[in-house]
Amino acid sequence: MYEGGRWEDVDLVLRREGASALTGPGFEASSELVPFLRSDCRILVIGAGGLGCELLKDLALLGFGNIEVIDMDTIDVSNLNRQFLFRMKDVGQPKAVVAASRIQERVEGCTVVPHFGRIEDKPAEFYRGFHIIVLGLDSVEARAWINETACSFLEHDEEGNVDLSTVKPLVDGGTEGFKGHARVILPGITPCFACTMWLFPPQTKFPLCTLAETPRTPVHCIEWAHLIKWPKDNEMEEFDVDNVDHLGWCHREATERAKEFGIEGVTLQLVQGVVKNIIPAIASTNAIVAAACATEVLKTATMCSAGMDNYMMFMGGEGIYTHTVKYERDECCPVCSPGIFLTVQSSVTLGDLIKRISVHPKALGKVERPSVSHGTDNLYMQGPLEEATRPNLSKTLGDLLGGTGQKALAVNDKRLPRTLRVTLSVVP
Amino acid sequence: MIKLFSVKEKQERERRENAENTKQGVKKASASELRLQKDISELNLPKQIKIAFPDGPNKLNRFDIIVSPDEGYYKGGKFSFAFNMPDSYPHDPPKVKCESPRPVYHPNIDLEGNVCLNILREDWNPVLTISSVVFGLQFLFLDPNPDDPLNKDAAKVLTSDPKQFQANVRRSLSGCYIGNTYFPPCR
Repeated sequence: MYEGGRWEDVDLVLRREGASALTGPGFEASSELVPFLRSDCRILVIGAGGLGCELLKDLALLGFGNIEVIDMDTIDVSNLNRQFLFRMKDVGQPKAVVAASRIQERVEGCTVVPHFGRIEDKPAEFYRGFHIIVLGLDSVEARAWINETACSFLEHDEEGNVDLSTVKPLVDGGTEGFKGHARVILPGITPCFACTMWLFPPQTKFPLCTLAETPRTPVHCIEWAHLIKWPKDNEMEEFDVDNVDHLGWCHREATERAKEFGIEGVTLQLVQGVVKNIIPAIASTNAIVAAACATEVLKTATMCSAGMDNYMMFMGGEGIYTHTVKYERDECCPVCSPGIFLTVQSSVTLGDLIKRISVHPKALGKVERPSVSHGTDNLYMQGPLEEATRPNLSKTLGDLLGGTGQKALAVNDKRLPRTLRVTLSVVP
Repeated sequence: MIKLFSVKEKQERERRENAENTKQGVKKASASELRLQKDISELNLPKQIKIAFPDGPNKLNRFDIIVSPDEGYYKGGKFSFAFNMPDSYPHDPPKVKCESPRPVYHPNIDLEGNVCLNILREDWNPVLTISSVVFGLQFLFLDPNPDDPLNKDAAKVLTSDPKQFQANVRRSLSGCYIGNTYFPPCR
């Protein structure tokens, strides 16, 4: 009888070949996996809200013993219905801090280090230190930011093959009412967040002319009151989404307008939802999505079974339905693609190289007045260093880059959304 | 199946790579240096502002910004700021200090040259750039802000008697005592 305590079952799966009925093909049980899970494998959970509470609980119960959590929010009374790690007395405290200590109290042997603050305020090195980053976020911006950070760690060889040791797996969950998704992003291998940005349509914004002239839905009426009528009637005062009087005003105005256009369905609750952009949260949807994510974290960390490839949607609204889609990478993704590969002779000048880069299909129309750096050597710079670096344009790459071989350049241009990586193979 | 975690291998490789890079004489640009390259290449300075790189064009983490206002209280002056970019840039803001003249008579700059500019502290945000800070500095000279002072005396004069403040600034530009403090001339 194995006396593994709380994690006995997981440990059995990881230690014993005989558990193969439970594990996937190719999995090799190993005595090293258990200590890896318990102490060496560093997991970061981003977000300690509805999904975050579930994720922390699931990961701790799966035997992950080295968890950190980051969240910038403090606990609000309205969170208590589903963010079960929090109590009434915690209201006003940082979510990350309370969540971490609750998990540690309940799950002996699990360490959870809290970080109260914005993800953008941590340096990239902070994120590089984790094996897997798990996202329980409600914002597209934050997802995009952490995705760029994870993708920035990627390194490729000359053929553009990704160096597996630079892949920082992200496991992302999201919910909206009865709908949700769980996905696994292996940057450089599976589509990154930016490859499939279209999965997150921008927040619906109606044309102002529709709101002003031809409202058709209760939401149109509310947006009209909020965006057009309020600034007109209350020049001095900003609309405050947390002000009960302002919401009441908005409700009255929207109701009147709806009546005028024969539209039904303006309620105070809808007004709140629209102006505060509230996405209703269903506790059980969070639980389902977090469970799927945590399972993927376990599989990614131990390779005990094939991972999700690569996006699971969950629809619990009309009946119940899930579907897993294998989305494709965007080969020209500015975030996770390896950039441009060029083979050039060492006698080519920097000026000619710039011309070649500017007509490359991946750079076409986006590289007009570029700056080129080689490591910390700024070969040609727009802006205040233009004059100082201009003489380099007529120099050869052999001279500028120190001979032949593979050279990594960074190209900037105002038209490029971000730095373009160019890998040069300089030949004699 | 993809096996991702072999930490030792990675560290070994990094060590090797760094050794190779040193051999070739090219230093790999850190994330903050990559960002600085982007910032500097996109910096478009008006004629009242000059930039100087004391350590050459490949050392972007230290430079001087020289502001020569052509209007406002400080018209005709010339103010030099040292920019030191931390390794954590842009997660952390640049460190900016007024170097010359020092001290400078300004409500938002203390006698040690420390600058009170919201985006250098509480309102810093990684999407801001060197350009944002430079224009922030320029703005400080066009519109000194007495509500959030580092030099309380100067701020008090600006609030209570703008004409006197203007006279004090004028005199300070060519060097003078105001109270017990000597303000050297702009060079």
